[in-house]
Amino acid sequence: MRALPANFILGAVLVSIVVGIAALSLVWTPWDPTALNIRNKFADPSDAHWLGTDQLGRDVVSQLMAAARNSMAVALIAVLAGGAIGVSLGLLASALGGWVEDIVMRLADLGFAFPALLFAIMLAAVFGPSLTNAVMAIAFINIPVFARVTRASANQIWTRDYVAAAQAAGLSRFAISRDHILPNIGAAVIVQATIEFAVAILAEAALSYLGLGAQPPASSWGRMLAEAQTLMYLAPQLAIYPGLCIVVAVLGFGLLGDGLRDITDPRLSRARAA
Amino acid sequence: MGYFLLRRTAGFIATLLVVSLVVFGIMNVLPGDPALTILGLDATDDALAALRTQLGLDAPVHLRYLSWIGNALQGDLGQSHSFRVPVSGLIAERLPMTISLAVAGMLLTIVIALGLGIGAAARHGGPGDWGVMFLSQLGIAIPAFWLSILLVLLFAVKLRWLPPGGFPGWSDPVAAMRALLLPTIALALVQSAVLARVTRSSALEVMRQDFVRTARASGLSRRRTLWRHVLPNALVPIITIVGMQFAALVTGTIVIENVFYLPGLGRLIFQSIANRDLPTVQALVMLFAAIVVTANFVVDLLYVVIDPRLKARA
Repeated sequence: MRALPANFILGAVLVSIVVGIAALSLVWTPWDPTALNIRNKFADPSDAHWLGTDQLGRDVVSQLMAAARNSMAVALIAVLAGGAIGVSLGLLASALGGWVEDIVMRLADLGFAFPALLFAIMLAAVFGPSLTNAVMAIAFINIPVFARVTRASANQIWTRDYVAAAQAAGLSRFAISRDHILPNIGAAVIVQATIEFAVAILAEAALSYLGLGAQPPASSWGRMLAEAQTLMYLAPQLAIYPGLCIVVAVLGFGLLGDGLRDITDPRLSRARAA
Repeated sequence: MGYFLLRRTAGFIATLLVVSLVVFGIMNVLPGDPALTILGLDATDDALAALRTQLGLDAPVHLRYLSWIGNALQGDLGQSHSFRVPVSGLIAERLPMTISLAVAGMLLTIVIALGLGIGAAARHGGPGDWGVMFLSQLGIAIPAFWLSILLVLLFAVKLRWLPPGGFPGWSDPVAAMRALLLPTIALALVQSAVLARVTRSSALEVMRQDFVRTARASGLSRRRTLWRHVLPNALVPIITIVGMQFAALVTGTIVIENVFYLPGLGRLIFQSIANRDLPTVQALVMLFAAIVVTANFVVDLLYVVIDPRLKARA
């Protein structure tokens, strides 16, 4: 057994911290994250308020914790939804080949023409800004990513002998995709999902910062930064903490994804070490 | 070459058409009444009907699409609701800001990334290499808007060297450059983190090849080998990423303009969303998507110019 790669370990530690704090916020935060206390605004860090309070006297630590939960929830829903659709399309393209494959892959190319931001802008213009629209936009950009990864990996598996054997045994293309292809591309999909989780956290933060995501009073790191930016001369510290949280979360999932790839694809990591 | 060019151009035009269908579809066919969105819930039925007629909403949807595309090809992007002027005029006023930001950001990205990437590859495995890799990992995780806020905190709030945002106009070039300095750096630092990585790994790949050893053995200096022989051969993956990054930079300006209150297309989009100005939003989203698609197309063509071997495969 080789030692686990350093990026995997560091990523796993950071992810555990962020996910742990998000989970903890479901049952406990030091204060109610939305409770106002104007008389105690801009309080310095103290035993009661570990990182002080903001312009409305809300406890910063509690808000950061609630924002972690929201960020994880958005990323989870967006990656699961986009991933499920993308993987299905990729499997379909690989199983049927021919013009179906062509169309799916052309559509996947098209997806890259729309960054999440443009998609969210359109949804916000038509329906008004909301966290739901942000989730839909992030899920949408995940579809082509997963469709490509799935098709590329699945096409390799379709050439294996055991798939030929399954075909000879009379299994349908659908059954082969479900029983033989999907389990064998799981690793590649999970690696991609971990990396996309980091991308989704970053996208949610940016959309909420721009006012296209979480709406008041929901806590979000991006929205906290947008509010803090207007108070930079008064309380610069408020513009620091939410950003650090974003970096820790994104770095954690990014490193974890890289680490998982190194573990599941030893050929790559050896080439990288050479 | 002719056939290749024809195929790629046809694909490019087809992609643009489908993109325009998607934009038009989302903005017009999804459930929702633009007239109601613009006027609000307390609008009278007469006002709604009048606005629908003015927007051409009573025409069948396929005719509306065709007239939108037809007009757009002639430079008519429709009428802005909130500004009550043609959208094309609004865009023309603000395009120089967005283009300057994107181009300056791209140039700075390339300078930083090639320098760091080649430098790291030359010191492969050493502390300099690790430092660059660490910085680039960090750069990928930092949101551009937070980096901007940090730059403002340091250079505008604390040191007071540069303005925290806003734009004084092009009439005073020095003030204009000062206003654009932080936004450009914020755009470039994040993108160069990605590009430095690609440059490094691409250069390492080339450095393993025989002709590099031959060049060194024939007495060329290390520096000269790197820049004259390694870099040109490492360019294909670098160009791919640069093309994708130009697209990312252009959409990145949407965020950066809003952080620094710069009067470009990105601010215009958000003003238009706030004003419920759907024709303007539709035109701008189409413009940004078209820039992304065009950047990818140009990259495809550049491949062949840089590496004619790819033509056979294309």
